[in-house]
Amino acid sequence: MRKFDYLKPKTLSEAFDLLKQHGRKAMLIAGGTDVIVMAKQKKVSPDVLISLREIPELDHIQYNGNLSLGALVTHRDIEKSELIREQFSALTDAADVLGSIQIRNVATIGGNVCTAAPSADMAAPLLVLGAQLKVQSAKSERTIPIDQFFTGPGKTVLAHGEILTGIEIPKLLPNTGSAYWKHQRRQALDLPILGVAVLLSLDKGTFTCHDLLCTTSPISAVLHSLETEELVCEEIRIALGVAAPTPIRTKRAEDLLRGKKISDELLEQVALAAADESRPRDSLRGEAWYRSDMIKVSVKRMTMRCIERILQPAETVFPTRLW
Amino acid sequence: MNRSSFNVHGSLLEGHAMQKQTIHFILNGDPIEVEIEPYLTLLQLLREKLELLGTKEGCGMGECGACTVLLDGKTINSCIFPAMEVAGKNVTTIEGLRDSRGYLHPIQKAFIEQGAIQCGFCTPGMVLSAKALLDENPNPAEEEIRTGIAGNLCRCTGYIQIIQAIQAASKQGSTK
Repeated sequence: MRKFDYLKPKTLSEAFDLLKQHGRKAMLIAGGTDVIVMAKQKKVSPDVLISLREIPELDHIQYNGNLSLGALVTHRDIEKSELIREQFSALTDAADVLGSIQIRNVATIGGNVCTAAPSADMAAPLLVLGAQLKVQSAKSERTIPIDQFFTGPGKTVLAHGEILTGIEIPKLLPNTGSAYWKHQRRQALDLPILGVAVLLSLDKGTFTCHDLLCTTSPISAVLHSLETEELVCEEIRIALGVAAPTPIRTKRAEDLLRGKKISDELLEQVALAAADESRPRDSLRGEAWYRSDMIKVSVKRMTMRCIERILQPAETVFPTRLW
Repeated sequence: MNRSSFNVHGSLLEGHAMQKQTIHFILNGDPIEVEIEPYLTLLQLLREKLELLGTKEGCGMGECGACTVLLDGKTINSCIFPAMEVAGKNVTTIEGLRDSRGYLHPIQKAFIEQGAIQCGFCTPGMVLSAKALLDENPNPAEEEIRTGIAGNLCRCTGYIQIIQAIQAASKQGSTK
């Protein structure tokens, strides 16, 4: 690893000055669980690391209908937040399974987004939650919708001299549930083979037959029974990780479901459409055909999990559940 | 080229000499001041500067947990943690677990009694993860123990005796 200097600015203004002073020899570092690993692997060779940890106000979690997260919020903080678990569940699903506790205590959501791996666990949940990224530079501020942020594996629209300072999740519709599934071989310390996030908003938050979800029947059977409830999808968002060069939304698949009644056949079509929109590749963790198959299965399952979270929010989801 | 900017570490930084930094922190309960190169990881600081060899390097990439130490009571992978960031904080290594009389911590005793140590390489990190778990959740269910140590790999035991050791330690009462 190349030897670097390690600077700890106390304000954003100081950070911008340092970024300007050192130019491309400098890299920003938050938790460092990506940057230090990349430096050790010689994938990056900064002469200077500029740490964001001493800058105040970058690690807040604020909620007033919409959720405001500072870029330096750790994944462990997200894991521990009951509010995020209840209201923005997909984010917690991802934080629960990212790396390990040791990593989560240090790694930040801003870092996960800015490293911009196609497999970034937080990306797919943030995509379905419609996250807006707050980016600042010495002279200006801008807000970037997350679906315009990633440009390629490890690449974003961030210019040198810009710092991601926060992530805003706008208020969600009532009767909304979200979920994220990290398809991985191990239960920790693994990258996903595939990541699937779904957000679903229904026209109502209750149903008449309460036994419908307390079952070990196949998903299709449950969905057929659910059709009698005539639940209408008001909003649907689907995002995939490790299924394209960047994390993506599958908007054409979403269009098939938006405004329509939930039914087994329709969810099948939506899942197929999502797989069609993806561009997975063969890699160490899985082949493209397998990822495609898993998209078809898991989009349906995660939609089911959303339905359960909307209709039975007080119930804990049992691990033996099919979805 | 300005000769004065060529420092003993062999790295040429234009107009900027990379100097050692002095940091102050609490190590195993005692305040300490140490001079470090700014690029050191916490693991390097502990093993190479302070000769505390209890913390081990497994993968060097934050993927095995052998290097686990506690920072303000929370587990971290010291092999990828910048030493510069412990300034003002509390670091606990495996060496810090003995009590003031030098007796082993209840978790360490339970590991020995339950046969949770074979080669011993994962043990320091595993014990500290167990401590962080029990500090937060004094009576964990088996699933919670498994999740609590999921960041620490063991190639020898198959984890069963480790889980039993943590269960035994939790039954013992206070493990703080």
